Amino acid sequence: MADLRINGVTKRFGTLTANDNVSLSVAGGEVVALLGENGAGKTTLMNILFGHYVADEGSVEIDGKTLPPGSTDAAIKAGVGMVHQHFTLAENLSVLDNIMLGTESLFSLTSKVGAARKKLQHLAKEYNLEVHPDALVGSLSVGERQRVEILKVLYRGARILILDEPTAVLTPAETEQLFVNLKNMVASGMSIIFISHKLHEILAISDRVTVLRHGAVVGEVATKDADRALLAEMMVGRKVSRPKAEIISAGEPIVELEKISIKGDKGMPMLLNEVSLTIRQNEIVAIAGVAGNGQRELAALLSGMQKPDGGSLLVEGKPVTKNNPNRFLQMGFGRIPEDRHHTGTVGEMNVWENLISEKLRQSPLWRYGRIIDFDACRKKAAELIEQFDIRCNGMETETRLLSGGNMQKLILARTLTADPKFILANQPVRGLDEGAIAFVHEQLLNARASGVGILLISEDLDEIFSIADQVAVIYHGRLSPLLNVRETDIGTIGAMMGGHMKEVA
Amino acid sequence: MQLEPRENISISRVILAPLTAILAAFVICSALILWTGESVFEAYGHLFKGAFGSRFAISETLNRATPLIFTGLAAAVAFRAKFWNIGAEGQLYFGALAATVLGAGVITMPSILMIPFLFLAGAIAGGLALLGPVFLKTTLKVDEVVTTLLLNFVILLFVNYLLEGPLKDPMSMGWPQAAAIIDEGVLPALLPRTRLHIGFVVALSAAVMIWALMRYTIWGYEIRAVGANANAARFAGISINRTVMLVAMLSGGLAGMAGITETAGTKGYLTLDLSPGFGYSGIAVAMLANLHPLGVIVSAIFLAGIYVGSDSMSRAVNIPTYISDVMVALCVLSVLVSLLFVKYRVRWK
Repeated sequence: MADLRINGVTKRFGTLTANDNVSLSVAGGEVVALLGENGAGKTTLMNILFGHYVADEGSVEIDGKTLPPGSTDAAIKAGVGMVHQHFTLAENLSVLDNIMLGTESLFSLTSKVGAARKKLQHLAKEYNLEVHPDALVGSLSVGERQRVEILKVLYRGARILILDEPTAVLTPAETEQLFVNLKNMVASGMSIIFISHKLHEILAISDRVTVLRHGAVVGEVATKDADRALLAEMMVGRKVSRPKAEIISAGEPIVELEKISIKGDKGMPMLLNEVSLTIRQNEIVAIAGVAGNGQRELAALLSGMQKPDGGSLLVEGKPVTKNNPNRFLQMGFGRIPEDRHHTGTVGEMNVWENLISEKLRQSPLWRYGRIIDFDACRKKAAELIEQFDIRCNGMETETRLLSGGNMQKLILARTLTADPKFILANQPVRGLDEGAIAFVHEQLLNARASGVGILLISEDLDEIFSIADQVAVIYHGRLSPLLNVRETDIGTIGAMMGGHMKEVA
Repeated sequence: MQLEPRENISISRVILAPLTAILAAFVICSALILWTGESVFEAYGHLFKGAFGSRFAISETLNRATPLIFTGLAAAVAFRAKFWNIGAEGQLYFGALAATVLGAGVITMPSILMIPFLFLAGAIAGGLALLGPVFLKTTLKVDEVVTTLLLNFVILLFVNYLLEGPLKDPMSMGWPQAAAIIDEGVLPALLPRTRLHIGFVVALSAAVMIWALMRYTIWGYEIRAVGANANAARFAGISINRTVMLVAMLSGGLAGMAGITETAGTKGYLTLDLSPGFGYSGIAVAMLANLHPLGVIVSAIFLAGIYVGSDSMSRAVNIPTYISDVMVALCVLSVLVSLLFVKYRVRWK
């Protein structure tokens, strides 16, 4: 039995208070969910627990003993194990190697592979986490890799498991499997802290929910007494509802893909395999699928960043011959990229410079050929900041300092101000809090109502079912036929995401 | 110990940090001076006097700073776009070759035309020297650090061959040097009875022009965007290859102009020891200026002061001139560290 108590932890970063007198307890055999929006302080708290950060005030106790602050070693020894959202595995090593990595003495000449293998097999059997010890991690599916991550912390004797957004990369079926495994572990006396902002998962797996907002605990409820609306309100601090799509009939085709293919590296499977798709005016078409099934290539193609190896792309009936981002902007493509930091904005440049980056080559923003018209640019930027409620410390702020939600608003503002005919929205609400999600969805629905055709790439089926008109599933580079969202259900799409296409087609 | 990014960076910190760093570098250097057994204050006194202590000293320092401003700008522009041009030395010699080929009598024009013509020719030659590396980078993604660096030696050997062969001045009494630049092409002196010539003024205006280009034009915007985040820049519709090409031509051109100030200004003819590593020192100049074009002027004069001053220091007291290289290296290192502290604060725990 493992008993964890976090007592009155406060952590400040400069003027920001990331954790404000946070207390939390987990008993053995219990799953406690830690719920909160981005920036609510969940990760900071877990980093303190795990010894990455030192708390300014407060302490962490395990089985009544206070952990020395700032020592990851002590936390591991006391039985804390953390499974990060982004896996920390070496793809070119086997499962066994990954699990043994770092557990063996540097000065020992003999390796205890045999014992390790036995221990691993024993653990796998005990918790029903089957993986082949000699398989290369690179060849495993995402769900299997997560199993390896969990085995890794179990191998080190973890009794308190912290899972940081564990379902972000899983299919619905894999999520279910994970929940079964977690329940097994809890039954054997382990404690689990489950960090998430997905309400239905929290309701499904946890015994208690602790809600963090702006670094402070705003409430603790037993899961059996909670429901979605209550949790959402506790998390955001006010009532929020995501907008729903009203039914409007679609217009003329805007973008048509005809048997588009993109080849993989030599000897690797096709990344996109004869993908055909039509997006019409007044329509949101969603592409569902587990990450890494060709979404990135599809998005790159429609951003003008990548040429297709086969097939053709038609815009308003005319084939596109030049594939570069500038040309796509001129054709009226709006693009919301998946990665706000790496693709969407230049972090070291100002907010206003990023707001005009796609428009810069168009006339009203420059004079005498190539001189930037600062007044016009600043005026335009001020309008957009006002209109889209981008919270920043003035338009001269470096963009990297913006929160995720505000950065996304910046990209949305830049995209929508160009009056696009078509918008590619790739994971437009990933990592955003409920308020920002509602805002982004509302803007996309407004654009749809005004005649824009939208392609939404998403792994979040809730999102797809609330705003999309049609949905297709992408799996290993192939696209399923389009289904009307109103005539299908999450279960069907979830099954197709796992590769069960035949049942539907 | 942990580094945390600062959210608001005050101007006073941006200015004070490098100055403190340079002070620190001088303090560290005084340990080396003490080692030689000389007085630190006396040594630094001679250094300062030699660099800035008289009309002649100042003119010598500014004369030495002239090519450093050009090569410093060459590095600053290129590094801003993360185009790592390490080949300013070779580009300088290409510029100098252009001056020799075109300025030693083949073409004769009045000074008012001849001098701008030579600068233009030098810039084009310097840019041409970068054409190969740029082409290899944009088509085959060959690392420009390797190509530009190695090209320096190729160009230097090529110049060596020319000076021993086709370009050898028959009047040079056997010395490997080229024919002198004609009078119309020689850069007039700025101060009478000194070596300081109008190349210094050209360098200053080049710095101002580059500063304005980076700040006020779409080209500058694109260069900064490509340097800060090439992927996002490309996504926003900026052509990476075109921007890299533009940066390379600017960078090579500026380095080529350093070749003009040396052949047509300071020396008067091309020799193999025309540049004591101005191309490489330009990188230090640019780093010391945090890649700011106007900062390049200050840091070029500062480094030139150390080089010139250390010569007279070594004549006055028993310290080898090599101390200047140590000083420059320490200054660059400590300024780079200090700039880190401008952007980040340290938290001890």
